[in-house]
Amino acid sequence: MEAKLEEAQATRVQPPVEPEQMPGALPEDKRVLKMAAKDVNLWYGEKQALYDVSLDVFDNSVTALIGPSGCGKSTFLRCLDRMNDVIDGVKIKGDIRLDGKDIYASDVDPVQLRARVGMVFQKPNPFPKSIFENVAYGPRIHGLARSKTDLEEIVVQSLTRAGLFEEVKDRLDEPGTGLSGGQQQRLCIARAISVSPEVLLMDEPCSALDPIATARIETLMDELKSNLCIVIVTHSMQQAARVSERTAFFHLGNLVEVDDTTKMFTNPVDVRTQDYITGRFG
Amino acid sequence: MSSLAILAFLLIAAVVAYFVGNYRSNAVSEGDSRILHSRPSYHGAYLAIWTVLPALLVLAVWSAAERPVLQYIAMQEMPQSVLDSSEAQKSLTMNVVDSIAEGLPKLSPQEYETVRKAGYGFVTTQDARDVLSKHHVILGSNPEPYLLRAADEYASKRELSRILLPIVCFGLAIGCFAWGYLRIRPKLRARNIVEHVMQAGLLAASTVAVLTTLGIVLSVLFETIHFFQLVPPADFFFGTVWDPRFSAAGAGPDSSGQFGLLPLLWGTTFISLVALLVAVPVGLFAAIYMSEYANTKVRTFSKPVLEILAGIPTIVYGFFALITFGPFLRDMGAAIGIDVSASSVLTAGIVMGVMIIPFVSSLSDDIINAVPQSLRQGSYGLGATQSETIKKVILPAALPGIVGAVLLAASRAIGETMIVVLAAGIAANLTLNPLEPVTTVTVKIVSQLTGDLEFNSPQTLVAFALGLTLFVITLGLNVYALYIVRKYREQYD
Amino acid sequence: MTDQAGILPGISVANESHKRLAKRHAAERRFRWYGIFALLFALAFLVFLFGSIIGKGWTAFLQTSAHLDVYFDPAIVNPSGSNPVDQDELMRADYTKLARTALYKVLDVNTDERKERFAANKLLSRGVDVQLRDIVMNDPSVIGKHREVWLLAADDVDALLKGSIDRDIPEARRGISDQQVKWVDQMVDEGMMKKRFNTGLFVNGASSYPETAGLGVALIGSFFMMLTVILLAVPLAVAAAVYLEEFAPKNRLSDVIEVNINNLAAVPSIVFGLLGLAVFINFFGLPRSAPLVGGLVLSLMTLPTIIIATRAALRAVPPSIRQGAMGVGASKHQVILHHVLPLALPGVLTGTIIGLVQALGETAPLLMIGMVAFVADYPTNPLEPATALPVQIYMWATAAERGFIERTAGATMVLLAFLIIMNSAAVYLRHKFERKW
Repeated sequence: MEAKLEEAQATRVQPPVEPEQMPGALPEDKRVLKMAAKDVNLWYGEKQALYDVSLDVFDNSVTALIGPSGCGKSTFLRCLDRMNDVIDGVKIKGDIRLDGKDIYASDVDPVQLRARVGMVFQKPNPFPKSIFENVAYGPRIHGLARSKTDLEEIVVQSLTRAGLFEEVKDRLDEPGTGLSGGQQQRLCIARAISVSPEVLLMDEPCSALDPIATARIETLMDELKSNLCIVIVTHSMQQAARVSERTAFFHLGNLVEVDDTTKMFTNPVDVRTQDYITGRFG
Repeated sequence: MSSLAILAFLLIAAVVAYFVGNYRSNAVSEGDSRILHSRPSYHGAYLAIWTVLPALLVLAVWSAAERPVLQYIAMQEMPQSVLDSSEAQKSLTMNVVDSIAEGLPKLSPQEYETVRKAGYGFVTTQDARDVLSKHHVILGSNPEPYLLRAADEYASKRELSRILLPIVCFGLAIGCFAWGYLRIRPKLRARNIVEHVMQAGLLAASTVAVLTTLGIVLSVLFETIHFFQLVPPADFFFGTVWDPRFSAAGAGPDSSGQFGLLPLLWGTTFISLVALLVAVPVGLFAAIYMSEYANTKVRTFSKPVLEILAGIPTIVYGFFALITFGPFLRDMGAAIGIDVSASSVLTAGIVMGVMIIPFVSSLSDDIINAVPQSLRQGSYGLGATQSETIKKVILPAALPGIVGAVLLAASRAIGETMIVVLAAGIAANLTLNPLEPVTTVTVKIVSQLTGDLEFNSPQTLVAFALGLTLFVITLGLNVYALYIVRKYREQYD
Repeated sequence: MTDQAGILPGISVANESHKRLAKRHAAERRFRWYGIFALLFALAFLVFLFGSIIGKGWTAFLQTSAHLDVYFDPAIVNPSGSNPVDQDELMRADYTKLARTALYKVLDVNTDERKERFAANKLLSRGVDVQLRDIVMNDPSVIGKHREVWLLAADDVDALLKGSIDRDIPEARRGISDQQVKWVDQMVDEGMMKKRFNTGLFVNGASSYPETAGLGVALIGSFFMMLTVILLAVPLAVAAAVYLEEFAPKNRLSDVIEVNINNLAAVPSIVFGLLGLAVFINFFGLPRSAPLVGGLVLSLMTLPTIIIATRAALRAVPPSIRQGAMGVGASKHQVILHHVLPLALPGVLTGTIIGLVQALGETAPLLMIGMVAFVADYPTNPLEPATALPVQIYMWATAAERGFIERTAGATMVLLAFLIIMNSAAVYLRHKFERKW
């Protein structure tokens, strides 16, 4: 209850970005290429789920992947940190690079890759451990902290960046599963950024949250992108419009169109994009 | 040094290596663990694996091979007559060698010299026997000189093996430790290596189940083939008389009795049928009542009742049948003028039936619950009563699954041992009267293998043929039943 | 459904359908009663079984003893008079005589009458010599002194006091004479004979006399076997379950292992005994009657049970936890070690206990590997001969003496008590750690 109230107050201070004040994308020459996917094809067993998807993702910006359900946007997102590797029968072809280095190269350890490319999931999934342990887990397994105080510092910093520290600072020992939905999701974000990833993938991070908690997360994304590059999958076009600089539209496993968000929502090139944006299907 | 002591030392070495590896990785990273590919603890585990695993493998192989190799060496001392004798005779000879070799290290130097001399005929073997008996090695007769030589050879080679084994193991451990230690670098992918070893270990663990099955099939098959060399398979499978006679060591060929499987198979079937006649209706109705009618109160009460029935060991059921239920049925029969044997088919069958009630009911419960709710609602929508819905809709829909459950229960009943050992008869009767005693396959396996019997006689080996029969029947029933149940489930998935 | 006439108006038709409905409802009630009968049958049988075992067995926890003032006559215990006493001599001394002398005195037996002496002798257990010997061996200073001790009464005396021998049947068929009954009553009246808690049931080893037979060796044997199962089957089963659930690729080998485990769970236990006999004893040359071999056989037998339970527990851990850990860069092994296994632990423990319960109550395979043995001395390690709790029950159940029936039922109660405690622990764990995701 209290948490809700706090969240509500926080929202009043910082109202969600209105579509009209949509953040402008950086001019082309100032963009730094972070990840580049080229001709990615993916099969679940016999069934092909992605067809020749090519997409560039730029640093310090938010890229939104939109499209009707089952269009392959989440599948594509999971290619970026090799989370598809663990699913049986998945076959991937194509080339995905992080800072120019092929992440599917044989000498790349997916485990280390996932420390550089963090992920936040659709449903908040804190570990059934204390709040502190939730955030400390990543730094621990990667050996990021030299001492206990180091570790504490990382945890506090991550929680602060995730905008959660003030709310939980007195109960770091309590289980993370006891938090409200929005707080849990922010805890998961804190957990993801605790290992200082360069890219943060978000798979419909707000779909299980109420509007107030959603607004909180969206503000947070805006703050986070100063340090990293965010790719977000969302089923809500409004959300894409609010948070992203660039938007990619997926349909039936194809990347139909990718462009600056402003342009995409005002003047799409492809008919399918237009139909989707205007709500004719999806 | 015994294998167990070596094992203990190796485990201690592993712990030490773990800490050394941990420390070493910190040293090579100059305290900045961030430049390490793997966390220090993985380097520790890496070093521990290097230290222990090769030595452990050597230890295992060596320990397993020691006895056969030593026996082979000892056999070299034996004259041709022993080498040509039967397997049973050879193993008896080996036992004597074993016990002498066991005693040799306890002898004083002079006494040992006496035994050695006896081995080459310089003193009488009586002297050797006296010396040995002083150290509690009691021999039935004066040992042949070659036995003494073989035992001496056996004991001295074993001594050698006992000295060499720790040297080899510890040498290997130290060498591999050094090798692993030198390889610790910040870039070493210790975690990946450790995980690969772990995964190999996990795979090995999961093959134990397969090895067990293989072990069952091979060992039982091997002894069964042995048996069929002594008794023709046709006599076993189609014989109607079970009369194995008594097996006495050294008895002539006449003493081998008749090993007809049919009466035992009939007894097994008869008792299992009675058991199913009790268990299937009771179990099925209990399941129907609990899943369709019972309220939570009844369920919280009746579920434990069935669970307790399921948890009672079969020996307890057997004892109950023997002491209480058998006499109870006999007295009941006497009261109405029927002659009931205390160890009748009925006694064993009913008690076994009660034992498998929970089995039937829990399987049926699962199967009835798998019938989609929509079928029930369809039937209620037509105005059918609950019992009509169950009888006309649910049971027909669930029938294949229930048949599978009954088959599984049947395989349980057929393989059940302790109830029939205590409560069924021991005479192999081919009878249709449920008030008379019959005997079963499992009863005969137990009775042929308990007591001091010569292992290589048909009387003992027949137990393995019976075991194989039992294994094949229950396996067939199970595979078929599991197949039916799976098909049934897929239909509603 | 076929009752189409019922929907038509008309008094007779309505009546018809009414009757039909009543019939259908009666059928409904009958059907319901079948179910109730089935449950009641199971319950009645359970009550019958427990009632019969407890009724027969509770007296096994009491044993009749006689309170006698025994004089440790040096002439009998230590005839050579050596100082310090010769241990061998102490071992061989005729302690029964000491006990009988004390008894004659109490009962005023005419020692010249052979018959009367014999009758009196029969009141005491044949195990009294061991009781007295133990006293002397523990404390040789009692030699030459009087000591008041409780000595076991004979099986028949015990049966008489527990009421399982009827005083009213003729003397000839009773197994205990009128004179003996009189003596017993006299001793009971004087408080010199009474039923005391039977510690011997829990500590003694095998014996041919019911009154001195106990479960000591069996308890130790069962303990060694459970230890083997815990040390061997549990780690193997958990490792196998983790492999199958988390790593196994979808291929032929995994399918074979999978089918295999399911079928292994249904192999009759006696077949595992044959395996143990052929492989562990005949092939590897391990000793017969050894708890280690029993433990190995039981381990193989319980392996599928624990694997299946562990897999279910692993499967219950939601994938979101795995993804979360993987998302911050934990390797698959780390995910399992740090998150999945700890969360599955209660389920694994419950499965382990169920496996142990199964192993503890199992008899048939142990008969195959020679656990049916007369073992009087405690085994000090798992390679020395021992029996097991259920095997001891089997051996007593097939023994001829009347006193063993009571012992068997008593031993069964002990076994059931262990099983109930273990099962309750499993239920408790399941409830305490039950987690809804």
